[in-house]
Amino acid sequence: MFDAIKRWFQGIAEDFTDNFITGDRWKWLLEGLKNTLIISLLAVLIGIVIGVIVASVRSTYDKNGEAMRLRGGFGFKVFSFFNWLCNVYLTVIRGTPMVVQLLIMYFIIFASSTNGLMVAVISFGINSGAYLAEIFRGGIMSVDGGQFEAGRALGFNYVQTMIYIVIPQMFKIVLPTLCNEFIALIKETAVAGYVGIRDLTKAGDEIRGRTFSAFMPLIAVALIYLGLVMLLTKLVSLLERRLRKNER
Amino acid sequence: MKKILSIALAVLMLTTAVLTFASCGEKKDNELVMATNANFPPYEFVDDGGAYAGIDVEIATAIAEKLGMTLKIENVEFGSIVGGVESGKYDMGMAGMTVTDDRLKHVNFSTSYATGIQAIIVTENSPYTSLDDFYNMDADGNYVSVKDGVKIGVQQDTTGDIYCSDTVENFGFGSENVTSYKNGADAVQALVTGKVTAVIIDNEPAKSFVKVNTGLKILDTSYTEEQYAIAISKENTELLEKINKALADLTAEGKIDEIIKKYIPAD
Repeated sequence: MFDAIKRWFQGIAEDFTDNFITGDRWKWLLEGLKNTLIISLLAVLIGIVIGVIVASVRSTYDKNGEAMRLRGGFGFKVFSFFNWLCNVYLTVIRGTPMVVQLLIMYFIIFASSTNGLMVAVISFGINSGAYLAEIFRGGIMSVDGGQFEAGRALGFNYVQTMIYIVIPQMFKIVLPTLCNEFIALIKETAVAGYVGIRDLTKAGDEIRGRTFSAFMPLIAVALIYLGLVMLLTKLVSLLERRLRKNER
Repeated sequence: MKKILSIALAVLMLTTAVLTFASCGEKKDNELVMATNANFPPYEFVDDGGAYAGIDVEIATAIAEKLGMTLKIENVEFGSIVGGVESGKYDMGMAGMTVTDDRLKHVNFSTSYATGIQAIIVTENSPYTSLDDFYNMDADGNYVSVKDGVKIGVQQDTTGDIYCSDTVENFGFGSENVTSYKNGADAVQALVTGKVTAVIIDNEPAKSFVKVNTGLKILDTSYTEEQYAIAISKENTELLEKINKALADLTAEGKIDEIIKKYIPAD
């Protein structure tokens, strides 16, 4: 009985050594983690910038489009063109799988680029931007109309009202969904291996391809992702609590 | 009472449903399940009609015929084949697979049915003309380090990947200079667009890739030579014997040569 348990533990120890210690394979996981973090962080930053711009255009159109149409003129034509452009962007990006977008970016649009990591950052950023744009638009629309009118009444122009009054309140509203999107993004980066980037999943895959044992590398990779997401959730809940302070 | 009865009924229904689903996935007795990665012409690829074709596929079909079984092909990632065969998910793995010590720890291999060469593909105007060009050498002609700017593209988990990712002392390029792609076509595409300086992959797929992409060539010096064989679970020695017998018979009948000649015209 004890012998069997001992053998079982020895087997696990051997498996562990074979998968992580031999040939310094744990370093692959570390490098993978680094790349996963770089891609996710930079992509979400790009995504937020794109998202805020697209959401501003779309929500302005939703709110004031009718009034502007009646006024007419050249400005409205330009504006509705931008709104149309944003809609195309949202439709195309949300209507195609991330992997396909990544492959198109890597092999067609940035065909001459040799920096795979940057291509991944850009395509994940553009992808995330589309989802964030709709989250932000929901946030902007849910800020009370009176806030906007108050801003205008105090003499801010449209852009200033957006930047100083509406968008700060919007961020508080969308924070939980924003966190949700970031979590989804971290896990979505797992497809970066398709274009030869050694991210966390690919690192685990490469270990699996060398040692042919599925258990250790896959569970290790899963645990690292889980740890990342749990840490992120914790940080966001702290941030939420801080932001809620001024509500009293 | 009624409540308990309805719960019992629900549990019963759930169990039946689960059992029905589970039994769907069960393997049939006279089926020979072969795992491959059908992106490796001419050994295995998806033909114009959408069916699996290639040397491995035809040899497997011939073997299944000899064993009186029907062949079922599972197209999976190359790196998952050995693990899947080891766990009994697939009966055999056939994907232009080379016998290596690491793989032998996990599966048995049949007798070899073909020889492969790891070839080096470069662009036509490439400054690299032989294997030596990729390395900085000392006075005695030993490889010291990889030249700056050399990036090697490979198919993930293939022997090309494993050898190239090794250190320079072991005739590799160091894993930091190797980019691995999910399949050979992607690696070649990366070469065409200048993301890597060379692709190291099995000779026959290399020829197919060079044929369909303009501006590529195969260097005269190859990287290594190796033997292809069929991977079979260590527990299924009966199948190993049967397959070895079938391979021997097919070789004696000249069938193997015939199949290989069909896909690789002698040049």
